[in-house]
Amino acid sequence: MRVEGKGRIDRSRPVDFHFDGVKYGGYAGDTLASALLANDIRLVGRSFKYHRPRGILSAGSEEPNALMTVGEGAAAEPNIRAPMQELYDGLVARSQNAWPSLKYDVLEANDLLAPFLSAGFYYKTFMWPKSFWEGVYEPFIRRAAGLGALSGEANPSMYARAFAECDVLVIGGGPAGLRAARAAVEAGLDVILADESWEMGGRLLSETEEIEGQPAAAWAEAEAVSLADMGVRMMTRTTVTGAYDTGVFGALEKRGHHTPHRTDAPHEVFWRIAARRAVLCAGALERPIAFRNNDRPGVMTAGAVRSYVNRFGVAPGKRVAIFGNNDSAHQTARDLLGAGVKVTAVIDSRADAQVDVDAPVITGGKVVGTKGRLGLEQIIVDENGTTRSLMADCLAISGGWNPTVHLTCHMNGRPVWEPSIASFVPAEGAVPGLSVAGSAAGIMDTFGCLKSGAEAGAAAAKDLGAKAPKLPTPHASAGTYQIEPLWAVPGKGRAWLDFQNDVTVKDIKQAAQENYASVEHMKRYTTQGMATDQGKNSNVAALAILADATGRGLPETGTTTFRPPYSPVAIAAMGAGAQGKGFAPRRFTTSHAATIKRGAPMIEAGLWYRPSYYPEEGETHWRESCDREVNWVRNVVGVCDVSTLGKIDIQGPDAAAFLEMVYTGAFSTLKEGRVRYGLMLREDGHVMDDGTTARMGPEHYVMTTTTAAAGQVMRHLDFVHQCLAPELNVSFISTTEQWAQFAVAGPRSRELLNAVLDTAIDDESWPFMSCGEIGVAGVPGRLFRISFSGEHAYEVAVPSRYGDSLFRLLVAQAEAMGGGAYGMEALNVMRIEKGFITHAEIHGRTTAFDIGMGRMISPKKDCIGKTMAARPGLVDEDREQLVGLKPVDPKVSLTAGAHLYNDGTSPVAANDQGYVTSVAHSPTLGHDIALGFVRGGRDRMGETMRFWDGLRDIDTVVEICSPVFLDPEGEKLRG
Amino acid sequence: MRLKCPICGERDSREFTYMGHASMLERPAPDAGDVVWDDYLHNRENIAGVVEELWQHTEGCGAWLVVQRDTRTHEVLGVKLAREVARAG
Repeated sequence: MRVEGKGRIDRSRPVDFHFDGVKYGGYAGDTLASALLANDIRLVGRSFKYHRPRGILSAGSEEPNALMTVGEGAAAEPNIRAPMQELYDGLVARSQNAWPSLKYDVLEANDLLAPFLSAGFYYKTFMWPKSFWEGVYEPFIRRAAGLGALSGEANPSMYARAFAECDVLVIGGGPAGLRAARAAVEAGLDVILADESWEMGGRLLSETEEIEGQPAAAWAEAEAVSLADMGVRMMTRTTVTGAYDTGVFGALEKRGHHTPHRTDAPHEVFWRIAARRAVLCAGALERPIAFRNNDRPGVMTAGAVRSYVNRFGVAPGKRVAIFGNNDSAHQTARDLLGAGVKVTAVIDSRADAQVDVDAPVITGGKVVGTKGRLGLEQIIVDENGTTRSLMADCLAISGGWNPTVHLTCHMNGRPVWEPSIASFVPAEGAVPGLSVAGSAAGIMDTFGCLKSGAEAGAAAAKDLGAKAPKLPTPHASAGTYQIEPLWAVPGKGRAWLDFQNDVTVKDIKQAAQENYASVEHMKRYTTQGMATDQGKNSNVAALAILADATGRGLPETGTTTFRPPYSPVAIAAMGAGAQGKGFAPRRFTTSHAATIKRGAPMIEAGLWYRPSYYPEEGETHWRESCDREVNWVRNVVGVCDVSTLGKIDIQGPDAAAFLEMVYTGAFSTLKEGRVRYGLMLREDGHVMDDGTTARMGPEHYVMTTTTAAAGQVMRHLDFVHQCLAPELNVSFISTTEQWAQFAVAGPRSRELLNAVLDTAIDDESWPFMSCGEIGVAGVPGRLFRISFSGEHAYEVAVPSRYGDSLFRLLVAQAEAMGGGAYGMEALNVMRIEKGFITHAEIHGRTTAFDIGMGRMISPKKDCIGKTMAARPGLVDEDREQLVGLKPVDPKVSLTAGAHLYNDGTSPVAANDQGYVTSVAHSPTLGHDIALGFVRGGRDRMGETMRFWDGLRDIDTVVEICSPVFLDPEGEKLRG
Repeated sequence: MRLKCPICGERDSREFTYMGHASMLERPAPDAGDVVWDDYLHNRENIAGVVEELWQHTEGCGAWLVVQRDTRTHEVLGVKLAREVARAG
């Protein structure tokens, strides 16, 4: 019900919204919660476990009950807290966890089963039969005990990640936060002030008190304007969600929740804020009191009732009763009376309470129960042992205030019990560089909050070496906060603590009885505080009840740990930008566009995209294309983009010495203009990578790495140089993306190149394994006579900006000669035919000895991995050694991943003799060929083995042969 | 977490990659023997207290760093360039 003349809403801007399909009206400045209450809607959800009717409990992000799905279609977002959802025109909200409707929820039957569903029920009941868990119990429980559901469609919202740095981060824009920010900014510091609401002020926006003779909300508004003018970065709608090492804070900014859904601007931004100092001014959260049926819609915290009346101009009921154990509850009655709302009774549990309110007062009384079907109709009050019913459609409860200590627990800080406020306060120094002020520190009056905020801000400034001003504290209400702990009213029936997880006082007592007496055990056994609100309203009461049940004090009982995030953060916000193609960067070669144009399917190689094959018209199977491309290279000429191989430019007087340290072989003896194959080991003696290195000048080498290991090799070189051999005068840098490099392979490769090179080459000036600089169609380039196909072949490199045109030129020439471009499939076939290894073979567990390159480890010098490679176990003749394999029946297909066994033995682990790493169909030989590892394989040439692939059901016989299937003498590549 | 790269200044930990214990700087001589090499490659003290570890500023200047860190609090007590530690070594 709206209250005339009250609230910060804009009555000139009416707003329409829908809730469960019905259209309602509200105003700009409303939240979804305040607008629902204004329309007298009290039933807004069903509870998690028992499907009990629930209403709005709070006016903040701690709300356990009023979780809604907001938006439609793919953009629908579940579990939005109604008190945090700003109203906008056309907002569509749906209630959750009820079927078929909120009023007639079938699973309300769960509530009747409550005696069987108490703490530990799942653990006790669903234990057997074991097979029922996945099939029967779990799906049922998931359906019944649900929060909202995702739309099931791809999330159309845009999210962003952002980073900020500041001198002082002030968390919370209430009285303490506003003053802390002022003190810091007046000290000349760079300040960020973050608050989860859309306007600064915190509780000041919800109270009727005055500061400096003005209404508190107006003072806060003016203060915020002034701070912004002074350069404080005001981050509204931003919740600081976590405190991390060295002054880093996570924060979620909601940018798109208060407007209709947009896809062209971020919905949420996840911030990482690096702050040299931080001041936590997060305020305090009010806790309810447990009594029978205290969860009926219409039961609210007293502070929330004040928020709805004062900030939103809404009376949550027509006849409101108030029940508290402290003085702050009395103000609720005064505010309601001031708004013209009937106050049925003010019930204060303290017999000696002084209640100065113009309404019926019951001191020393307790509310022991409630009545009403889908919302509160009556409360039952116990006054000195006699009970009576009072009419009330809203009950405002205050069980006291809990300082918002959460962020101080994120780095293992344990809050400390403070008896004077019957709650926990943050431990000193719980988060390095973070101080706590205001009611978050247990200070419960406005004057005290203003004062402590300014002091904390000034202390932070002083800590940073800035001269902090001494701010006079504005005139504001001061006073002592009187409270007498009351956690649960004794009596029969279910008294609710954790509304979101449906935990009762009895559950806590039962946990203690069943010896789950430590807080951490009680929490997990009862699920108290394990819901998405982390028990913000209920944990302290639950701990007090546990303390009582176990006969310990609260300080001994201790608390459970609050962990980030303070309030839920969508994974989509944390992973902003990483949806779909944003998941990983994509690296394209310079020939990418031309390759796509030719219809080549692409495969991923690390982050790179490379062509599988280039299909031609009429080809129906990739093998047809692949075989054709192999035949081109073997018989004519082919062109392939090999730019993805890592290229590292190494220069300096000690370049050769450096290479000798990282490679097994000698490089000082390599002549200028020549290329040598290098094998790189890890320090533990296993092969890291291989590739060729070209000596371009006396102190200049160009190393190539495999595509997959380029990053790893670069890191390794950095390690060796910076950590092991800093005395070497050498510099190196990755030039992988600076050079576009193409293999030109085949008997007619030189003929093709001579059509594009500025100076023609011949065998004498460019023998096998030569290199040098050369003009390519007028562009300064490099030429390497190396071969990964076994053919007479070259790799030609030009600066990347010429890559696209050179690729098209080379392919056009090749096509004119009867050849063309080839892809990864053909490249792979040809390297297997030649027994060249890739990371399928050097997979991290193979040594130089295993791949038949043991002799490449130079005896004349040390290198990384040399000592360990000589370990007896790594050169054992019985190790699995690289061999070639061919099917005895040439029609049989082989598969990589198959295992090998001696003829006549069964395929079990104990008989394993080796495995297959690479397989190809050789169009040249007309049958499948494979590379693999076999125990002592080099001495077993000609033996037949059982080839068994249990996954693909292949069981055949292969013959061990040399891994070099074609041209073993290398005549083709030298010729 | 933030680390102060001696070359680039204070940066977010996401720019850095953890690379193991700083004892990797003390590579044994080839003839140091199996026990010493085994220690160098495989054995690490896992202490609750101040450790020296290697980090690389992978998303920055590429420098390898020796970071002194308290494993109990994650407090970073110092960052040095590994090459300078190695030279002094």
